[in-house]
Amino acid sequence: MVKRKFNITIICLAILFAAIQPAFAQNAQELRLDSLETAQNDSVALNAAGNAAKKKSLDIKSMIFGHVGDSYEWNITKIGNKNIKIVLPVILISKRNGIHAFSFSKFAKNSGVYDGFHIAPAGSPYAGKIVEYDGNGKEVRPMMDISITRTTLAIFINGLLLLIIILSTAHWYLKHPDGKTSPKGFVGFMEMFIMMVENEIVKECVGPNYKKFSPYLLTAFFFILLSNVMGLLPCFPGGISITANISITLVLALFTFFITNVFGTKKYWKGILWPDVPVAMKAPLMQLIEFIGMLTKPFALMVRLFGNMLAGHMGMFIITCLIFIGATISPVMTGAMSVVSILLNVFMSLLELLVAFIQAYVFTMLSAVFIGLAQEKEVGEKEVVKK
Amino acid sequence: MSLLLPESGLIFWMFITFLVVFFILAKFGFPVITNMVNKRKEYIDRSLENADKANAKLADIQKASDEIVSKADKEQSRILREAAEEREKIISDAKKKAEIAAQKEIANAKETIKLQQEEATRSLRRDVSELAIEIAEKILRKKLDSEGEQMSMVDRMVDEAVNNKLN
Repeated sequence: MVKRKFNITIICLAILFAAIQPAFAQNAQELRLDSLETAQNDSVALNAAGNAAKKKSLDIKSMIFGHVGDSYEWNITKIGNKNIKIVLPVILISKRNGIHAFSFSKFAKNSGVYDGFHIAPAGSPYAGKIVEYDGNGKEVRPMMDISITRTTLAIFINGLLLLIIILSTAHWYLKHPDGKTSPKGFVGFMEMFIMMVENEIVKECVGPNYKKFSPYLLTAFFFILLSNVMGLLPCFPGGISITANISITLVLALFTFFITNVFGTKKYWKGILWPDVPVAMKAPLMQLIEFIGMLTKPFALMVRLFGNMLAGHMGMFIITCLIFIGATISPVMTGAMSVVSILLNVFMSLLELLVAFIQAYVFTMLSAVFIGLAQEKEVGEKEVVKK
Repeated sequence: MSLLLPESGLIFWMFITFLVVFFILAKFGFPVITNMVNKRKEYIDRSLENADKANAKLADIQKASDEIVSKADKEQSRILREAAEEREKIISDAKKKAEIAAQKEIANAKETIKLQQEEATRSLRRDVSELAIEIAEKILRKKLDSEGEQMSMVDRMVDEAVNNKLN
């Protein structure tokens, strides 16, 4: 019975993916075009697509990097010949002439150059990014490019979604202040989830004064989990795996790094600055080792999350690209590759769902462990805290 | 390689977004939930404890009531036993008294009968002796009509008296 249900689920997923795949693929092709000829207007881009199809040669690499990389607009889908996309605002702080804020569509309307800024062409070290010329006529990035890119928009969406989910859960508790009823449905599910993280990660790994750190660790866990899952969705509000971007994991790791060190106890700092080792080794070797250790912990956090999510995301995208590779060979190959691609993607999706949870869990647990290690007390103190 | 290089713009927005989300959730989100859940957990623990206590109390009360009942049962049986003993005693006392009274009555009756008997015997004797004397007078009067007779009579009497003395 269970097995049968499982089979039905698999079939449903397969159908779902079969339905989604073309949109996904189309997206991919557009992205490729965007990454190559971002400054061109739509009709030019369409012609280019036609040319690309005629040539039947695929630039898989740029497709992939176009997909996992960032962009100043968010392609959602294509209906007929019309691209449905969100054009995002560009915000630049230039040394040359201060702050600029304008829509990205201005580039297309002004044949690729606006306010002295243009998009770096393929081959440049800043390919696809907005650049300007400095005094010597050299292509440089503006001092600050805080444009709302599609990854930024995805961060906002995920943050907003997380706020809605958690605050609506909290709202239920504010409405039942007697503390005698237990929630059902979604709130009950969230409660189970939150308490699982609180009890099994935060309490276990941080130690006696876990209360102070639990909001940060819970926020990190749910932000990462939500972002990972949103990255698995194939269409608009999701589809951008922000945790597969090193900037995002860097910020998360830095938060853990600062919380660990700011709230570190005297004993923790003594362990780094004046460890209990023979006098000959005391300085400066141990300090150097400890200092590097201090930095490698958040670095490992950053790279682990980034690498795992990027690999999964890329893997799924490459499997999708099998269809196009097949299409360059023969129609039969297209059909065969589609079947293979769909089956593999179903498998990958299930795997990635697991990875999404595991990575959120691992990031939170390691953060909790690092924070907990920095909370060590002198022997006398510890006994007091431990009752 | 561009994948491995952090973007300052993204770092900026991610930092701000995460900080805002974190502060809002740390103030209005997670602590509300965890505190409430802990409160409920405490409430449940307390309720269980109270239930245990109430059960223990109930068991104590049950025990006490059982004790009282058993004590009452004992008391009852004791009272019944005593009452039975009392009854027996009363009955036996009454019987004894009745017996004594009856014996007394009987003894009295016997005495009376004896006295009456003696009385009767005495009166009978008296009557018989009078009657005998009368009869003897009458006989004697008849027999002693003649001299000879009188003389023989005296003789015989004297003989008899002598014989009696000799014997």
